[in-house]
Amino acid sequence: MKDYQVDCIKLALPKGRFLSPTANLLAQIDLGFQDYSDKTKQYRLRSTRFPSLAAKILQEKDISIQVAVGNYDLGICGLDWIEEFLVKYPAGALVKISSLNYGEGSVHVVASAEAGITSLDELSAKRNDYRIVTEYPNLAETLALNLRMRRFRIFPVWGAAEAYPPENADLAVLWGKSGAYIAKQGLIPLKKLLPVTAFLVANRESLENKDLSQIVACFSSKLIAEPQTSIENELDSSEELKELTPSWQAKEINLALPDGHQQAPAAQFWKRTGLVLQGYSAEVSIRRPSTELDWLGIKVIRPQDMPLQVANGNFDLAITGEDWLREHLCRFPASPVKKLFALGFGTVKIVAAVSQEMPVANIDELRSFVQSGKLTPLKVASEYINIADKYLRDNHITPYKLIPTWGASEAFLPEDADMLIDNVQTGTTLKQHKLKIMDVLFRSSACLIANKDSLASSDKKDKMEFLSQKLRAGLR
Amino acid sequence: MENQKCKGMQDLLPEDMLRFRRIEDVFRTCCRNWGYHEVRTPTLEYLHLFTATGTLTPSMLSKVYSFLDWDGWSGERVVLRPDGTIPVARLYIDNLSGQELARLFYVTNIFAFEGTGKENRERWQCGAEFFGGTKFAPDVEIILLAKEVIHRLGLSNVGLQLSHAGLVKALLKEYKLSPGDEAKMTNRILEGNWQALTKMRSTNPEIDRLMAALLGLKGKSSSFLHNVRASFPKASQDFKSSLEDFLNIATLLDKLGCSYEIDIAAIHGFEYYTGICFQFLAAEKKIGGGGRYDKLVPLMNGEDTSACGFALYVDPIMQLLPLEKEKKSESGILVQGKELTPETAKTCFAVAESLRDAGYSAELGFTGREESDYRWVVLVSGKEPSPFTLTDCIQRRPRYIGASMAELLKVVSEG
Repeated sequence: MKDYQVDCIKLALPKGRFLSPTANLLAQIDLGFQDYSDKTKQYRLRSTRFPSLAAKILQEKDISIQVAVGNYDLGICGLDWIEEFLVKYPAGALVKISSLNYGEGSVHVVASAEAGITSLDELSAKRNDYRIVTEYPNLAETLALNLRMRRFRIFPVWGAAEAYPPENADLAVLWGKSGAYIAKQGLIPLKKLLPVTAFLVANRESLENKDLSQIVACFSSKLIAEPQTSIENELDSSEELKELTPSWQAKEINLALPDGHQQAPAAQFWKRTGLVLQGYSAEVSIRRPSTELDWLGIKVIRPQDMPLQVANGNFDLAITGEDWLREHLCRFPASPVKKLFALGFGTVKIVAAVSQEMPVANIDELRSFVQSGKLTPLKVASEYINIADKYLRDNHITPYKLIPTWGASEAFLPEDADMLIDNVQTGTTLKQHKLKIMDVLFRSSACLIANKDSLASSDKKDKMEFLSQKLRAGLR
Repeated sequence: MENQKCKGMQDLLPEDMLRFRRIEDVFRTCCRNWGYHEVRTPTLEYLHLFTATGTLTPSMLSKVYSFLDWDGWSGERVVLRPDGTIPVARLYIDNLSGQELARLFYVTNIFAFEGTGKENRERWQCGAEFFGGTKFAPDVEIILLAKEVIHRLGLSNVGLQLSHAGLVKALLKEYKLSPGDEAKMTNRILEGNWQALTKMRSTNPEIDRLMAALLGLKGKSSSFLHNVRASFPKASQDFKSSLEDFLNIATLLDKLGCSYEIDIAAIHGFEYYTGICFQFLAAEKKIGGGGRYDKLVPLMNGEDTSACGFALYVDPIMQLLPLEKEKKSESGILVQGKELTPETAKTCFAVAESLRDAGYSAELGFTGREESDYRWVVLVSGKEPSPFTLTDCIQRRPRYIGASMAELLKVVSEG
């Protein structure tokens, strides 16, 4: 039995950066969501003021897609994620209603200080093959096409785009608080693409056919009373900024270390190797920590992005999860990346889970259930979109639709998805959300991965062998 | 039952394929007769072939199907071929650039996203490209070749419109826009938005007058271009040289008795054209177009090679062609067993094989087919001494009953 009624109004609310200001706004306009705060553990909220209004808390990146596909009538998220969607699907079902007058920073196009680029016009004229790193691949592609760049490659990343130039990217399209903030990272701001404000968005069909007026009016009353303000930050094209150059020196061997949840255990592991590492611990995080080994360059990036970066030769070695390696290999089966050995921390299970109410106990029963026409198509939410795709194909589940998520896939079940493929440590979260594990796809832990060509290179193999021996010493 | 076809894609049914093959056959025959050689390019090409200025406009590029291949970890994107000419130019550069002249033709599908899903996202075209050669004679050759294909297909009331990309670019230069604004204006013009240009005032009233004349008047012969030349003696050198090229082509077409309309606005879609541009219209639909693109080959790192070409759009032409049913009734033979036993089926297969070996189209009948669709029907009873009955479907009477395959073939051959 689904919690939501067909005629109720569904609102998608953001986690993360906009949670706090959005909670303030909702309190001011008295929408009746007292439980919406950064302390809340639940995903689903009911309005105490409007009985027909329900909300769900989602990752901000997921909101524009979820509103566009019609799972939500209204949503609040940043203009960057809205434009990232609209630039690819301009005729889609996502409609911007109004800016909510809060937000921070802008999406900028920036150049590496080493690339010798000082203006966007130069990009069209040159015949270079530009590497563009970004969390916004659609915005970046549109920019490159409109600039008539002769040749470019876009590397979508989960985060830490600022860490890639100059060695691993020539340009980046990224969020920054201001031009000065960007320049501090050793980058040259070329253009501000758009300010990142929070927006109220709607599904086109809902707007055309459903009475959302009471809810929209609540927002409007506040916005009319408080005229639109500009959140533009200071301009960022001063010559001073352009003169900034990061201290960077090419290294013989390049290693990527993980940020986020994996950082603390990875730093702990590193201590056991006996190698000195400055700027990388549970408490301290800089993008370029240093070691006593002068031939070793280290960068801290997202573990999700590492296999692709190692495949490209941007890094020779990386500490990532087996799950992300497998995700990469499902997408690029012939990729020159291999696992050297597991490191024994960050162990999780990658599972397929469904609602406890779904009458299936295993994948075979699910196949029959889908074939009987009770779910057409089976909607599967996953962070591991390529693993999920392969799993469903290999198990002959048809038809199915994948819903890419940015984590917390459990929030999607049962209203917006029928199944999830995600990682679990204990399974407690799944139980709390009335979900059951139907299949364990594989177990994953942190591992050392390497570029096969680097391993075979006479210039690199001895140093890579030395480093991997040191890391082996860290194994308990 | 729910339609399972991908949005924007089309199935070609037997009747569609009859039309399709007719277009293709006529096109291939004409091209071969003119000395063109058939080529075929792959469905996938690298995206970067299409991104430089002078290839596809940003608006067209926003509709390409691009993705990373299974080995695309380097970030190099590939596309489903969005255009016919650029891949053939790439083929020429990679393989044939040593030749002084290359006349090439192709029948291919191209892919472009279309938002509503009601129009085709996969479209077919028959194209011919002429690499090398001097100006205006190859331009006229490709126009006449395209016209011959259209004529042989039996399409009537097809209009030919001429424009000139060099002339349009020279005019645009007169507005003295910044490079960025000029690029934007070019894109608008290529999308058919001429109003954007007419709304803009030039600093030179002579240019406004020239633009108004070119957009307002439709010439029907080279005399019109002579008149333009005489009316605007102060036009730029670029304009004059493009006009001269246009005049040469128009004059030759006049001499060859090829009628046309000069419409400066008949240029849209492709950024790579540098000289003459033309399009064919039938029943208000664009059924083909082409032009000269001298800068494309060098832009793609090839040698400085002049080139021109055209494409006929198969999908709108198919809608205009009358359906010609397969004329099985002229020669087709249906072979069927009186009853379906292993013995009669074996004889049916053997009879049909003998007929096909003798050059006839012989179809096996397992269900009650309409005999009127065929010239002959052979009914196999399998019983000696007369295992066959041959029926003449035109005269509607049995013509032969006997045991010999040779005799059966004799009757069929004599009609």
